[in-house]
Amino acid sequence: MSSKEKSWKDIPLAGVCWKSSKTYLTGDWKTYQPVRDIEKCTKCLLCTIFCPDGAIHWKPEKGDIEFDLSFCKGCGICANECPTKAITMRI
Amino acid sequence: MKSIIKQEIMGLNGDEAVAYAVKQADVDVVAAYPITPQTIIVEKLSEYVANGEVNTEFVCTESEHSAMAACLAAAATGARTFTASASAGLALMHEMLFVTSGCRAPVVMAVANRALSAPLNIHGDHSDAMAQRDSGWIQIYAENAQEVYDSILQAFRIAEHLDVQLPVMIGLDGFTLSHTLENVQVLPDDVAKGFVATRQLPTVLTHEGKSVPFKLDPANPMTMGPVALQNYYFEFKRQQEEAMKNALKVTQQIQNEYGQLTDRYYGNGLVENYKLDDAEVAILCVGSTAGTVKTVVDELRAKGVKAGLLRLRTFRPFPAEEIVKTLGKVKAVAVMDKSMSFGGNGGAVYHEARHALYDAPNHPYVVNYIYGLGGRDTSPSQIINVYEDLQKIVQTSQVLERIRYIGLRD
Repeated sequence: MSSKEKSWKDIPLAGVCWKSSKTYLTGDWKTYQPVRDIEKCTKCLLCTIFCPDGAIHWKPEKGDIEFDLSFCKGCGICANECPTKAITMRI
Repeated sequence: MKSIIKQEIMGLNGDEAVAYAVKQADVDVVAAYPITPQTIIVEKLSEYVANGEVNTEFVCTESEHSAMAACLAAAATGARTFTASASAGLALMHEMLFVTSGCRAPVVMAVANRALSAPLNIHGDHSDAMAQRDSGWIQIYAENAQEVYDSILQAFRIAEHLDVQLPVMIGLDGFTLSHTLENVQVLPDDVAKGFVATRQLPTVLTHEGKSVPFKLDPANPMTMGPVALQNYYFEFKRQQEEAMKNALKVTQQIQNEYGQLTDRYYGNGLVENYKLDDAEVAILCVGSTAGTVKTVVDELRAKGVKAGLLRLRTFRPFPAEEIVKTLGKVKAVAVMDKSMSFGGNGGAVYHEARHALYDAPNHPYVVNYIYGLGGRDTSPSQIINVYEDLQKIVQTSQVLERIRYIGLRD
């Protein structure tokens, strides 16, 4: 265990979080990550709706989607739901 | 001269005594599911709610698991919360009992102690609560309806104390206490309400870096009971253990404060010593059986037998030091268990007591008697036999059978 972790005397009751969940990068857990074939993608945005972690964002300034790999857990739902099979899951 | 509050005497059974105390404690939320022999408690409480006598939200749930989940959620918002259960109902709550203590939700629950199936039995023994002894709940067992009433009022103070913040179970023997009418002295409403006061909330630091009261509040969002893996789970469990240790002290303080109001004391709140100071043989027991044992102790004392009783009132946290102090100097002790620990080396109370007494410099002989399962009656003559067994052990310095059964057909 890292020596930076707090002692039992210094943590709040009942696991009340003292850090925002934004600082906890759950994307560390994944084995597979989504890779997109831009040729096939129609930007229908179904993947942004289906992603259970909200890790696929529509970026209006780019006119495109973006995978947030810090929070993507690699579940593959986006690849499964993509109507044009533009997403594949790779190690 | 202490100023003892003038108290009314009411005819209440144990269950009604619970309901009356809960009514006076100004409880915000009751979520419950009926089960014998606890049913009168929730019946009475729902009556109080229907009559508008209390300012309580009554939640009828579809099961005890849901009842405890609802209590946990209510307590998490800062509400004072109560429920009652027994036997299979308490067993169904098992999972949620751990979540409630782990979330440090100070829920108070009355348990009308009853046997567990199978075979089906609705009568009193301690199998249900003893099976929950490692769930992180404080456990206090009452001897009579008066103590039931007093303990419920004390329970809110213990549970909600800033150094404790743990749920509390008050055990009352099914039928023997739950359904037996007794004279119960009750405090005037305003005095009872003043004693329990309003729920205190500790301060916690949130992810936004703010120190806020420990409750779910949209103005100060916080996450309670999240995932904690190898890196933090252990630390949270150690915190709970510290709270249990604090409860040893707090239980004594609260009962002392209550005693100053009412002149009713139950030992030091953890154990009650009855004619034990010069005793050579002693019984350690839990709950209503202590009433029978006290009668027997008086009879034996009249005949010159140095008999004594230690009633264990608080089973969790276990008052090991008090056990050593009081029973450590006795020559032989019989620990009475009203539940089985199948395949264990004796009953649950025996495990703890004998273990504690290992630290006594001249530790006594400690034997175990399992009794009263499924509500089987235990008579004074059977208790006399136990004391006679103990005297024989002292005379012969020999224990023939360490674990025995009372009133069982061989």
